[in-house]
Amino acid sequence: MTDPAADSADRSSGAAAAPPRTRPPRWWLLLGRDRAAAVAAVILAVVFLVALFGRLFIGDRAVRQDLRASLRPPSLDHGFYGLLGTDVLGRSVLARLVDAAGTTLSVAVPAVLCSLLIGSALGLWAGYHGGLRENVAMRVADVILSFPSLLIAVVVLYVFAPSAMNIVLILAIARVPVYLRTARAESAELRSRLFVDAARTFGTPSRNIIIRHILPIALPTLLTVATLDFCFVMLTESSLSFLGIGIQPPDVSWGLMVAQGRQYLQTAWWIAVLPGVAIVLTTVSATVLAAWVRLATDPAQRWRLTLPRKRRGDRAAVPSEMIA
Amino acid sequence: MTSFLRKRIVSSAIPLVFVVLGVFCLARLTGNPVDLYLPLSATAQQRAEFSAAHGFDDSIPAQLWDYLTNAAQLDFGTSLRTGESAGSMVLKAFPVTLQLAGMTMLLAILGALLVGSLAAYRPNSVIDRIAGLLSMTAASIPDFWFAIVGVLVFGVGLDWLPTSGTLGGPEIWVLPIATLLIRPFGVLVQVVRGSMVGALSAPYVKVARSKGADPKRVVFGHALRNSITPVLTVAGDLTVGLVNGAVVVETIFGWPGIGKLMIDSILQRDFAVLQAAVLLTAVTIFALNILVDVCHALIDPRVRQAVPA
Amino acid sequence: MKSSTLPSPAKTGGPALEVEGLCVDLRTPSGTVRAVDGVGFSVRKGRTLALLGESGCGKSMTALSIAGLLDPTAEVTGGSVKVAGTDVLRLGRAGRRKLAGPVLSIVFQDALTALNPVQPVGRQLAEPFRIHRGLSRRDAREKAVELMTRVGIPEPRLRARAYPHQFSGGMRQRLLIAMAVALDPDVLIADEPTTALDVTVQAQIMRLLRDLQTERDMALVLITHDLAVVAQRADDVVVMYAGNVVETGPVAEVFSRPRHPYTKGLLDSVPEHAVRGRPLPAVPGSPPELSAVPSGCVFQARCPLAGQRCAGERPPLLSVGAARSAACHFSEELDRV
Repeated sequence: MTDPAADSADRSSGAAAAPPRTRPPRWWLLLGRDRAAAVAAVILAVVFLVALFGRLFIGDRAVRQDLRASLRPPSLDHGFYGLLGTDVLGRSVLARLVDAAGTTLSVAVPAVLCSLLIGSALGLWAGYHGGLRENVAMRVADVILSFPSLLIAVVVLYVFAPSAMNIVLILAIARVPVYLRTARAESAELRSRLFVDAARTFGTPSRNIIIRHILPIALPTLLTVATLDFCFVMLTESSLSFLGIGIQPPDVSWGLMVAQGRQYLQTAWWIAVLPGVAIVLTTVSATVLAAWVRLATDPAQRWRLTLPRKRRGDRAAVPSEMIA
Repeated sequence: MTSFLRKRIVSSAIPLVFVVLGVFCLARLTGNPVDLYLPLSATAQQRAEFSAAHGFDDSIPAQLWDYLTNAAQLDFGTSLRTGESAGSMVLKAFPVTLQLAGMTMLLAILGALLVGSLAAYRPNSVIDRIAGLLSMTAASIPDFWFAIVGVLVFGVGLDWLPTSGTLGGPEIWVLPIATLLIRPFGVLVQVVRGSMVGALSAPYVKVARSKGADPKRVVFGHALRNSITPVLTVAGDLTVGLVNGAVVVETIFGWPGIGKLMIDSILQRDFAVLQAAVLLTAVTIFALNILVDVCHALIDPRVRQAVPA
Repeated sequence: MKSSTLPSPAKTGGPALEVEGLCVDLRTPSGTVRAVDGVGFSVRKGRTLALLGESGCGKSMTALSIAGLLDPTAEVTGGSVKVAGTDVLRLGRAGRRKLAGPVLSIVFQDALTALNPVQPVGRQLAEPFRIHRGLSRRDAREKAVELMTRVGIPEPRLRARAYPHQFSGGMRQRLLIAMAVALDPDVLIADEPTTALDVTVQAQIMRLLRDLQTERDMALVLITHDLAVVAQRADDVVVMYAGNVVETGPVAEVFSRPRHPYTKGLLDSVPEHAVRGRPLPAVPGSPPELSAVPSGCVFQARCPLAGQRCAGERPPLLSVGAARSAACHFSEELDRV
């Protein structure tokens, strides 16, 4: 039986008030227990490391042309950089993947961070104060959300030049409402809680209440949303690049690589397929990890992670139809 | 119910107004609108003529009035590429996309209800885990990549399906719909599962069981209708997002829909057509939002009564 | 109307509900704990048994496991629940569903969430008739209106089409009770049926329950933490503490001469017994966490009588007089304290 009052008390009072016995298991132990989430975390870590430091190792191999090596299929015969084949100009696909990882993440990460910061700040503020401020913020969010993000990007990139900076800005603006809505909901719910009232009676300024009392509780949810949104932003960037209005050559991103490889699809499948695999691996990992984080940070759901892998099957006492 | 509808229409219209004004402002605030409408190679004389013909040298309020009255009559000027009226080009492309999107959402919702309910009925079971991983993958595969891999495997490799075009039997629908379908389907399975798990653990489900209701009655009679509200909301949002997918899918498969029209007019700097397509999309989304609200009200009696903020 | 395969307790003369050694385990993030530990009691038709205890003592868990409605985190790990002589824990799902409604029924505490928000209440009330008697929609609706009239809902024919959120708290609780007694069950479990209500409404609901019980000759299991309700309404009482039964017996005797220090502590803390100018007596401390129930007596940490023996040996539930039992090493000495 989950007692909602106990859960929320648990959530708000934090570790200090809870007796040591009931402290939830360490998160990495929980992560280790869920194999899919653990694998996802490792993949994401590798992608981020490659994006950060990969360019130090590949040198100019991502752009060095060698027409004699044109369209080599993936094989073990041509050294490490020939592992995944070459494109029509004889450039190493592996090196280009590494280079593109840097570009892709240098668009996705700033975009996610910007929208997270702006959206959360606005949302917490609007939710805490309520009234007109809340209404205006929500209407703005509605306006942005009720419009396909790709279309906003398309129109804006038509008017302005498609540069990495502009893409980051557009994606950030397009995703602000997601955080705004989440943060507002959390903040509006928390503002009527006793501990916030208590802080208010001591004369704590509202900015401090938001930062010290509301933000820490809303943060796990916001970070989960950000992890999920990272996928969305990555996918939109690659769609834009694929359509030719995102990252422009000579820069390269995974989406652009797919577009460039498309015309050789029948002769050299690896040029278009491999960057897609890279995108899928990254986004699926982020989604799996986000789902896990959501479960792990929700006291009402955390038990699911502690369920034994196999249920004892032979019990008539609790019919499995009762399991909801 | 009518007052509910009236209020929803008013509040849903706000975004529409913003979009209509936004397109106008965007064209005016970024310098000379003539730059947007005419190709980069236009001569100074062409520019001056165009400017005079379209009233770009009038005052801004006068231009706004022209813009609004023309938009109301679906007159968005002529296409630079074809010389055709931009409005009629858009109206011709619209049904193609609508068919594609409608079919996709129908299949996505039905499929997700089935798979999501199955997964929710026994949380942590094998079915649940498989459905979870599959839906997460589906929701995070880039659609353009899925499309070209689909073409590679089923069109080129196995030669089962056509690689593009709109001529032929029902098989031409398979790849475009499959491509558009994956993301909404993946997301909806997760939403259905989540809200179904919630509904199945609600006290009224316990009460239904205490009355001796069998699983079918519990799921379809009690839980489904309660869990469908969030599904509808997300499905509405996903339909908006389907425009994103339509751009990609129509480009890859060469379908003459709104998406392809938009991307073509961007690449060839045909602003009149782009503007018409954007505005029509906005109107469609406005209608869609109202439809979703009406469905909400039909499903949940509490929504009918509540006065929307 | 009831299936002929079900033995009628009226004929057999045995108790309508008999629970023995019921154990329920609960999975929590910090491991599995025992939420209900060997609980047993029995009720005859027409009698009322109160399950009394503080929140978290396992009384609701006991009710849910009798009705077969436990959450997936909880699991019955032992004991038997005999309804009209049949052990329902050994029945399959279908067999259990057949009992749910015509034989065993339950009233939940929060009537707002216990009614389906998107169905008219008339349809929800008609559901038992549709499921178990196979009545047509129209006949079932007639039955539902009859039920609404019986539990005192004004203009029942009109109100049957209304939704739960259009009723007051008391009316919703009446609807829930009507639903539970629709098929004249032998056993009715009421899980804190009045907790969420105003005091005046509480009295009305308790009166309704009593009238229905007399009228339909049901065995009633009343789950509550309210000593006054027990004193006024119940014939027998089972006092629970930390998942264990600590004392049972007829209410009048248990309340006048408690044989367990916990029962005594509870009774002493009622304001009526207080002396002006002295602080209200209370049971010191708080119940143990389920994951840290001591190996000896469950009550030892808060017991004024606790000694060496209590730490090492859990006192069994032993007879302490006619139809009475208590789980205390010192139940005989309790009077002298």
